[in-house]
Amino acid sequence: MEQMITCINCPVGCRMKVTLNEAKEVVSVEGNTCPRGRKYAMQECTLPLRMITAVIPAEHSATPLSVKTAAPVPKHLIPQIMKQLRQLRVSAPVQMGQVILPDICGTGVNLIATRPLPADQ
Amino acid sequence: MVQQTDVLIIGGGVIGCAVARELSRYDVSITVLDRAWDVAEGASKANSGIVHAGYDAVPGTLKAKYNVEGAQMLPALCEELGVPYRQCGALVVGFSEEDRGTLETLLARGEANGVPALRIIGKEELLSLEPHLNPQACCALLVPTSGIVSPYELTFAFADDAALNGVRFRFGAEVKSVERLSDGSFEAKTEHDTWRCRILVNCAGASSADLHNQLSPEKKKIIHRRGQYYLLDRPVSAPFERTIFQCPSAMGKGVLVSPTVHGNVLLGPSAEDIDDPLDTETTQSGLDSVMDRVRLTWPDVSLRTNITNFSGVRAHEEGGDFIIGPVAGSPGAYEATGIESPGLSSAPAIGRALAEMISHEQELVRKERIRPYEKPPIPFREMTPAQQQEALEANPLYGSIICRCEVITEAEIVAAIHRPVPATHIDAVKRRTRAGMGRCQGGFCSPRVASILSRETGIPLTEVTKNGGNSYLLTGTLTENAERSDRT
Amino acid sequence: MNREHVDILIIGAGPAGLASAIAAREDGIESLLVLERESQPGGILRQCIHNGFGLHRFSEELTGPEYAQRDIDRARELKIPIECDTTVLSVSPDRVVTCISRENGLRQIEAGAVILAMGCRERPRGALCTPGTRCAGIYSAGTAQRFVNLEGFMPGQRVVILGSGDIGLIMARRMTLQGAKVLACVEIMPYSSGLNRNIVQCLQDYDIPLYLSHTVTDIKGRERLESVTVSRVDERRRPIPGTEMEFECDTLLLSVGLIPENELSEGAGVSISPATSGAVVSDSFETSVPGIFACGNVLHVHDLVDHVSSESFRAGHAAAAFVRSEKRESVFLFVQDGEGVRGTVPQKIQLPPAQDVTLMFRPSGVFRNASAVISCGGKELFRRKAMIFTPGEMASYTLKADSFAGLDGSEPLTVRIEKGAE
Repeated sequence: MEQMITCINCPVGCRMKVTLNEAKEVVSVEGNTCPRGRKYAMQECTLPLRMITAVIPAEHSATPLSVKTAAPVPKHLIPQIMKQLRQLRVSAPVQMGQVILPDICGTGVNLIATRPLPADQ
Repeated sequence: MVQQTDVLIIGGGVIGCAVARELSRYDVSITVLDRAWDVAEGASKANSGIVHAGYDAVPGTLKAKYNVEGAQMLPALCEELGVPYRQCGALVVGFSEEDRGTLETLLARGEANGVPALRIIGKEELLSLEPHLNPQACCALLVPTSGIVSPYELTFAFADDAALNGVRFRFGAEVKSVERLSDGSFEAKTEHDTWRCRILVNCAGASSADLHNQLSPEKKKIIHRRGQYYLLDRPVSAPFERTIFQCPSAMGKGVLVSPTVHGNVLLGPSAEDIDDPLDTETTQSGLDSVMDRVRLTWPDVSLRTNITNFSGVRAHEEGGDFIIGPVAGSPGAYEATGIESPGLSSAPAIGRALAEMISHEQELVRKERIRPYEKPPIPFREMTPAQQQEALEANPLYGSIICRCEVITEAEIVAAIHRPVPATHIDAVKRRTRAGMGRCQGGFCSPRVASILSRETGIPLTEVTKNGGNSYLLTGTLTENAERSDRT
Repeated sequence: MNREHVDILIIGAGPAGLASAIAAREDGIESLLVLERESQPGGILRQCIHNGFGLHRFSEELTGPEYAQRDIDRARELKIPIECDTTVLSVSPDRVVTCISRENGLRQIEAGAVILAMGCRERPRGALCTPGTRCAGIYSAGTAQRFVNLEGFMPGQRVVILGSGDIGLIMARRMTLQGAKVLACVEIMPYSSGLNRNIVQCLQDYDIPLYLSHTVTDIKGRERLESVTVSRVDERRRPIPGTEMEFECDTLLLSVGLIPENELSEGAGVSISPATSGAVVSDSFETSVPGIFACGNVLHVHDLVDHVSSESFRAGHAAAAFVRSEKRESVFLFVQDGEGVRGTVPQKIQLPPAQDVTLMFRPSGVFRNASAVISCGGKELFRRKAMIFTPGEMASYTLKADSFAGLDGSEPLTVRIEKGAE
């Protein structure tokens, strides 16, 4: 099986052809011009990962809280994670880096605050 | 619901509001209906903003009469009402010997209409007056008394003064039908209400002929003529001091290039006949036709500083002249039908004439006391530092700048929301304060204006609109949106 | 009105203003003031909640608020005063700054040096002359981003995005994740000005089509937006009749370019470069008006905040040196844009340079396997090959101070892109 991947590491944007065997293991990567491209292509064909960022409504604050996954999570879990995330509420004040939701969707990754959010006066 | 009023004015444009203001001096109940959600939402907000001197209209026509009278009234009236007006003068520019002949016709017409100080000038004087003009221009009619005005601010002032003196304004109230009842009174139906009145005044602009035809056996027809414009950002130095018209020729009426009272540069209008007067969209071909003609006046024009395009629809009556006075065959009904250019220049004179006619024929009694009009405060950006300091001490909201481009303060926005005819949406605030009129076109200030509107009027942010009706800004909170999308 | 005095006054507490303030304070400037019109420092980063900031500067991927917070924390450590909710009304050529706030009213502050760090704004629809109606539902991408990320409201449900700049791409994903349907991203140029990473992760991940060489040619809807027409364009960017596609949508987001916000600069008499729409500056970021400096997006629009910060640190150091009257010889080497290059900053270099000089510019097109060449007279000072140059990515090269040895300013320095073999 073959898969085409556009590299995101730099503006060159190499179009890479990745060949996979029946066990979905990478057999070859063609078209990359650097090792970073190869690594990215392999990851992208086996388990693509994405950071998720969003905002969550906060009590005691007109401004919502911005959050992120502390590490990239599997791309295919994005809809599930977003669904869970959309149901969250927090209460100000919140510290930057504070864990808002541990182990989101069983990924082992925490959802954390990306800003301090004071309570409105 | 059945509603009663003595006088029903249909149409809250500059004419309807001018009539309302004049009639508000009499002891009658007056209601103004408009289909939109503010006054000045039709042609009154989207025109060239020119106070024509009166050389264009054929002597003896109503256009000539009211134009000259209105243009004479406007300087003092604008001063009294705090409406931006400037007598910047105009040039009607000719590019050929044939044009020179046309200019002489205009000069003769102007003199017959009583327009002062008209003069035809040659190339040298012309280019020294306006150095950015196309050097191929050969002559021009110099019109020193031509002016510019903010057409919607004039309408707001008329409306506010009227409201202050008891006139009711009802918006979102399009009149579907009018009828003269057997007792001589009138009934006008909107979607929700039936209005009964003794005196009906048709100032319905684009719809004025429809209403006329429901009341009169003498049929009229309005041709809807759309004009499209470019509005350029305030230049560091104005390319043209005066309004520059092109000499009307076989090629058409030409387009104008003009400073506006707020220091922008206006280019337009195009002229295309359309079916639906609410089609105020701009089109590529219309805009292109404006630019083609603008280049004749101003070869170096650049659209790099264009900040917006708009169009307005003129109500051109087939007969070619204004129709002003009692509606034939319907005693008690009056009209200003087919009001197109020079309608803005004529507005105060039309308002005065109709009010005099109505008050005389209907034996209206003048009120003993008229509430004096309170001019809107001068814009913060135009105040001296001492005035700014004073304003701030009286109202700390002057300390918060909401619109960066035009330097509009929260105090001015709050004041607009609480005027006699209140600003209830983003565009209404914009036209009253200029917040959002600048080069970023509300990108920065519109969320802030929306919040202030929500706070001051007590409606949720999700119900704030751009210009009323269904023109909502937001489709919900993130939470509401999530619930909706998670359900589906 | 009382006149106050500060040594350095900085307009704007976004990444540029904060970095320049930090640099000046680290150089020992005690009397320093930052003015910010918003209610909190951080600038546009506050609403850029996505990640990808800071790879160059911190070697890690931060979100916008996290990146801003590092500078805000550092400014607090250094006890740099930041006055928020304060708008600057004018800057005079002799560096008197008039500002206003609810709390402190109208004030005039004399500054030994002024650093302009007001950032940029988005181009509106008028800049494109797009025909159609003027209904609700048309937003610049940044305005929509503010509604969603700072106020918690959705501007619409069915969205078309005009322009494939990074903010537009980021908003395509953001709106999708919040439950909206993004129908298309439309770009008039034959290439996107956004990062590949954003095209993949914001569009392709969500199956949002990108239409290159297309633009919006009509906008319909009397009250709220109802639909837009998208047409293909020819090489001269004119719509091709017969290629129209109609998208039913309630929202059109515009991501069609940024313009440095230089009204205050112009008021101060600062010369503006037509190429960058920002001030003309020397290698010390001093504008044409002595003692007035500019850095960040108000100087020229950057694509990476990391570059804004590094440029602004240099500007802050230079302003500190100015205040301490460290005057240098004023022989200038003028910099000009050569082939394939637009908007090189700085536009002039003081000879001899006190330190290494970084030249930044935007390629005027897409060039593959080409070289950036910097030369003066017949002498080539610098050459660097790259696999690709694109207008979407600012090029930045640092020349050692000693590479200017022997130049006397009689001939300009030229920056160009030399096309390589395909």
